[in-house]
Amino acid sequence: MTAPSPGSNRAGQNSTGSNRAGQNPEQPADPSGDDVLTQDPALPPVAVPAAARAREARWTWPKIVLWVAIALLGGLAWVMLALVRGETVNAIWFVFAAVCTYLIGYRFYSKVIQRYITRPDDRRATPAEIKHDGKDYVPTDRRVLYGHHFAAIAGAGPLVGPVLAAQMGYLPGTIWIIVGVVLAGAVQDYLVLFFSMRRGGRTIGQMARQELGRIGGTAAIIASLLIMLIIVAILALVVVNALGESPWGVFSVAMTIPIAIFMGVYLRYLRPGKVTEVSIIGFVLLMAAIIGGGWVAGTEWGQAIFHLDRTTIAWAIIIYGFIAAILPVWLLLAPRDYLSTFMKIGVIVMLAGAIVLVRPEIQVPAFTEFAATGLGPVFAGPLFPFLFVTIACGALSGFHALIASGTTPKLVEKERQTRFIGYGGMLMESFVAIMALVAAVSIDQGIYFAMNAPSAATGGTVEGAVAFVNSLGLTGAPLTPEMLTGTAAAVGEESIVSRTGGAPTLALGLAHIMQQALGGQALMAFWYHFAIMFEALFILTAVDAGTRVARFMLQDSIGAIFPKFRDITWRPGVWLCTAIMVAGWGAILILGVTDPLGGINTFFPLFGIANQLLAAIALAVVLAIVAKRGKSYVKWLWIVALPLAFAAVVTITASMYKIFSPVPAIGYWANHFRYRAALESGDDSLGTPEVMEAVIRNTAVQGTLSIIFVTLAIIVIIAAVIVTIKAIVRGGGTDHEDAPVASRRFAPSGFFATKEEKRIEKEWEALPPSEDPVDWKAPAHH
Amino acid sequence: MTEQTDAAAPAARELRRFGGAVWEIVRRTGRGIRWYVTNLMGDRAYDAYVAHHRAHHPGAEPLTERQFWRQKMDDADRNPGARCC
Repeated sequence: MTAPSPGSNRAGQNSTGSNRAGQNPEQPADPSGDDVLTQDPALPPVAVPAAARAREARWTWPKIVLWVAIALLGGLAWVMLALVRGETVNAIWFVFAAVCTYLIGYRFYSKVIQRYITRPDDRRATPAEIKHDGKDYVPTDRRVLYGHHFAAIAGAGPLVGPVLAAQMGYLPGTIWIIVGVVLAGAVQDYLVLFFSMRRGGRTIGQMARQELGRIGGTAAIIASLLIMLIIVAILALVVVNALGESPWGVFSVAMTIPIAIFMGVYLRYLRPGKVTEVSIIGFVLLMAAIIGGGWVAGTEWGQAIFHLDRTTIAWAIIIYGFIAAILPVWLLLAPRDYLSTFMKIGVIVMLAGAIVLVRPEIQVPAFTEFAATGLGPVFAGPLFPFLFVTIACGALSGFHALIASGTTPKLVEKERQTRFIGYGGMLMESFVAIMALVAAVSIDQGIYFAMNAPSAATGGTVEGAVAFVNSLGLTGAPLTPEMLTGTAAAVGEESIVSRTGGAPTLALGLAHIMQQALGGQALMAFWYHFAIMFEALFILTAVDAGTRVARFMLQDSIGAIFPKFRDITWRPGVWLCTAIMVAGWGAILILGVTDPLGGINTFFPLFGIANQLLAAIALAVVLAIVAKRGKSYVKWLWIVALPLAFAAVVTITASMYKIFSPVPAIGYWANHFRYRAALESGDDSLGTPEVMEAVIRNTAVQGTLSIIFVTLAIIVIIAAVIVTIKAIVRGGGTDHEDAPVASRRFAPSGFFATKEEKRIEKEWEALPPSEDPVDWKAPAHH
Repeated sequence: MTEQTDAAAPAARELRRFGGAVWEIVRRTGRGIRWYVTNLMGDRAYDAYVAHHRAHHPGAEPLTERQFWRQKMDDADRNPGARCC
């Protein structure tokens, strides 16, 4: 991009006079596009004129009062959370602190990003408009696309991480989730979405190759493939832990398979396109499955069939994952997706309502002693950096870069909407994470630790758990055996001891809040299993979709050597690649399930590290892109560099701890050599030889993966920094954006249309049908 | 309607008007929710396709709804798209 040349000859070209669209001080860029982007004078404005936008942006007294009030309320909420030290703190302050901070971040910070980094231009047609084909490329209403995007980014991740991080107290997690999203997570999502949109919806891997060259690009693609596998494995481990020895859970989650198949058949053969209708039917069946599960678990045959140990469930999920990924999408994946979208939005609205209604008192202290020592039973490692890898989704999630590039950018109607969809969508995920945290900290601390300490610590028994938890020196009343057996009975489970993985804790917290809002103690077990089902549904969808996406990546890579593998109708190739990918995550899953040290506590850090490394990779690619845009961007590079530096430091430090720490609870290799030495010397104080061999094997796998991840990430970051520095020195670089095309449609940019936007919409509505711009001739049209 | 003469008439009319306004709000909210949910879930995807097809390929016959969904699902088989964690 060359130097800006404002003041070009656009004036006077428009017949209406009111639509001098796009004379926008925010976008000195695109001199090349200026002539191209001159809009058709016969049409109403395709963008809000800059003068009108400036007028609307002017500060008025009501606006000032409103924002001061938001700031004060948010400030008060933060004071209540962070400084006031009463016995308890009310959950409502979490909601206020989060929502007020999001509003301020969205209104102010994301606008700074828009003004100085993305510089959108609504005179430019988006890929959805240019390539509009009625299928992949469809200009979609911004509010609908927001829902789509949110449903694609938010899954079980933001529900699990905050629960585990609650071992350090409520404050560290709350600060990271809220501040992290405003300065890092939402920035990444917004920028990746915007730049992918400017590139016709290219994926983050393709952008990496294009911007960083072959080495950086290849490292980015290998990293994403490996990360996908580790994420699927750990999510599957969460489900296994939630369903182990729980006939109720196993029955109701297993029933989602026939329900999904029924929905698929219904949509394919009976009533195609009636998605909402079938989703409602599916939802009713799902509720019936949850209620039926309670009855089945009470029968003898139900116990005999559905009472499964964790290894059996792990194998069942591996087999399921393979079959699901080779079945046609319409039969299982698509209907499951409809159900999860339906449930996701419904449950989040419901939980938010319940928290506001019930306003639970939080018993957990702001900081527990584990925040200082870093030796908590849920996960080991000091607050910095491990809090920031334990909570990935909800604050900063690299995986979103895969969603924000590829699907969503092909549906965006106008460039300015990317702020609402990308930045705003991530804020909503952060809010989900805050609610998960509230749910986790609203239950008794003793119960929390009894559920989340590995069975290596509790022995898996009530007595063991009570002894262990009471030895932790927690504040508050000591844990009694009755509390554990009573809670287990209330939720319809045999035991709640060492139900690690976050899902059961969240389910208990959610049940605890929901029963106060609706139904009382009698519905506790229903809500608990409802929450388990809800999480298992997301995760199984993610397992299926993740396996498919990973398989495509593999097919594509092998296809470079054996072209036949690129043919996705060639079944043997599909089966082989699926099997390889399932074996990849399945192996990690089995290692996690059989891990003598716990599984979640040893594997979860890998998940977070992997996710944050992907974030670092995505931000590194964005950094290079922004630097190449030109001189006027250099001053604002810190907006990208700040979260990139943080993600890089966090993940590299965490990896170093995991690789080099001499503390066996933290360092994989330290533990590896400790067990290896014990095995060789015949010392059986650490366990039987089988147990020791399992630990030696697992730590070797974990340690090796850590080394691979961090190496790949360092390669990508170095490649990006080199490209960025070169671009800064040269005052810019090659621009890989698609050529600008003048837009021929209009839509508001935020959730609510402004007055000016409404006025322009009216002008468009008043167009006679023949003037409607749908008949424009797109160059790349089929 | 015949003209009403009793004193209660204006009040009744007010009440009716108020009831009508409330009903209008309920109806509009309901329509809004329906519009949002059906668009989000994809019920309207076929309509959008047909509108697009009419505008761009006026001569050709669009796919039937059944064919459209089959093709959409087959495309998804080729490119499933990731879901996040």
